[in-house]
Amino acid sequence: MKRWIAFSSIFVKDMRAYYLKPPNVSWGIIFPLAWTGMFFIRSGMGLESVLELLPGVVTISILFGTTSLLSVTLTFERRNRSFDRLLLAPISLELLMLAKTSDAILFGIVNAFVPIVIAAFLVDLSGIAWSLVIPAIILVGIVSTFLGLFISVSASEVFEAQTFSNFFRFPMIFLCGLFFPILSLPIFVRWLSYILPVTYGVDILHGAVNGEHIMSFALDFIVLGAFCIVLFLLSLHNVKRKWIL
Amino acid sequence: MLTGLAGLDAGKISISGIDCTGNPKAVQHLTGIVPDESNLYPELTGFENLCFCAALYGIGKIERQKRARELLETFGLTDAANRKFAGYSKGMKRKLTFAAGIIHQPPILFLDEPTTGIDVASARQVRQIIAGLHRKGTTIFLTTHYIEEAERLCERIAFIVHGRIARTDRTADLLQPVQGKHVIIFSVSNSGDNLTGEMASAFPQYQFQSSVPNQIRIESGEPVNVGPLVRFLEERKIQVTEARRHVPSLEDVFVQVTGIEAGLMRREKEKAGGNQ
Repeated sequence: MKRWIAFSSIFVKDMRAYYLKPPNVSWGIIFPLAWTGMFFIRSGMGLESVLELLPGVVTISILFGTTSLLSVTLTFERRNRSFDRLLLAPISLELLMLAKTSDAILFGIVNAFVPIVIAAFLVDLSGIAWSLVIPAIILVGIVSTFLGLFISVSASEVFEAQTFSNFFRFPMIFLCGLFFPILSLPIFVRWLSYILPVTYGVDILHGAVNGEHIMSFALDFIVLGAFCIVLFLLSLHNVKRKWIL
Repeated sequence: MLTGLAGLDAGKISISGIDCTGNPKAVQHLTGIVPDESNLYPELTGFENLCFCAALYGIGKIERQKRARELLETFGLTDAANRKFAGYSKGMKRKLTFAAGIIHQPPILFLDEPTTGIDVASARQVRQIIAGLHRKGTTIFLTTHYIEEAERLCERIAFIVHGRIARTDRTADLLQPVQGKHVIIFSVSNSGDNLTGEMASAFPQYQFQSSVPNQIRIESGEPVNVGPLVRFLEERKIQVTEARRHVPSLEDVFVQVTGIEAGLMRREKEKAGGNQ
């Protein structure tokens, strides 16, 4: 019960202090809207391109929604030393980091549904395998958040965290099969796709929306889950090493 | 190391009989920390900050709200309860940070420079609260640059120089060698090199020191007879412009133990940013 009180307080505090601020809410809506519009117009194929673009736009919305705010909030709290207050509380580091990341995960998941809602007005979504889409969105939300956590822990300034985030995020747009199949990438960069977690989430989404996937769903889910665990444990290790002297 | 924000170099830590070497979480419910920086959340109000800090220790909603109101009252911050922490003055921030450190009523409290940089009235209030907590049985570790504060509030004192404990003892025992000493400080027109040596020969019952230019410190176990000393100096064409009594304090003990001279200590205090 005590742990739940601490967890929920951190969650609610972060939600109110950071995620529900008007600039962030508008970022969460406008950003996926802009990406959806941009790719839809760029494709030049009319409404039939919506389903083709949807997995990529959903993933990009999650990726940017989760990593942007988390890197700022963690680095900011670390910088003004309010994060020390959390480290000094009698809650385990695992629970603390889960509480700090749960808002970002939720924010990313909500972001994912912005392009889906827009698409629902444009095309028929009844053919989509939602039983795959929903867990895939949740797992991509978790893995993107933990990637953001891993990056944030490595940075000491907000601008550093943003720079490191972009270093990962932008190449992922091209390397993870969001808008171009990874099989069309030059063979010498294709290995990079397989070491990036988002590739597996996008593969599930392409399969669930368009029926086109290059790996089995089971493998995609296992690899995504493994990435979640490894990134979280690595982040915890770095917090202990870097933030606890 | 005791709070859990730094790892151990060597040895072991046990708090209230709980071995917490390598596992500070085991005792963090027993400890409260008031850091030297006011590190609460700028976007939350004073009341919300206190409630949040209490929630970190698993205190339920009704109880934490009650404690937050009581502490706001104790620290004279009730009127500012619903204002954002970012808009608080420095003194108010220190007081709220102090309140946040004790909202879970810890039996052990670590205070790092609790009165640094705040106004005299607030500092006085904070000292009264520290004394009150101690009377109620809280064990308090106080880190301070203000040696008078340590002398006034602490039962045991450790002098730390360059990260190492130079001496630790009960305050009364530390003060014992300087208590009963009579110290007079002369301000003079010239305190040439051999003057204190000459004076020591003429007045062997006193000890003389001139570590500050144009000042002579006269120390004795008995009251100092000032007249002959002034005449001795005037015969050598040295004007005594002021003679004042200095009551020996813990600062003198600190200077004796650590070898750090008073001027440097004063500069350190100024650097720490106090106005007391």
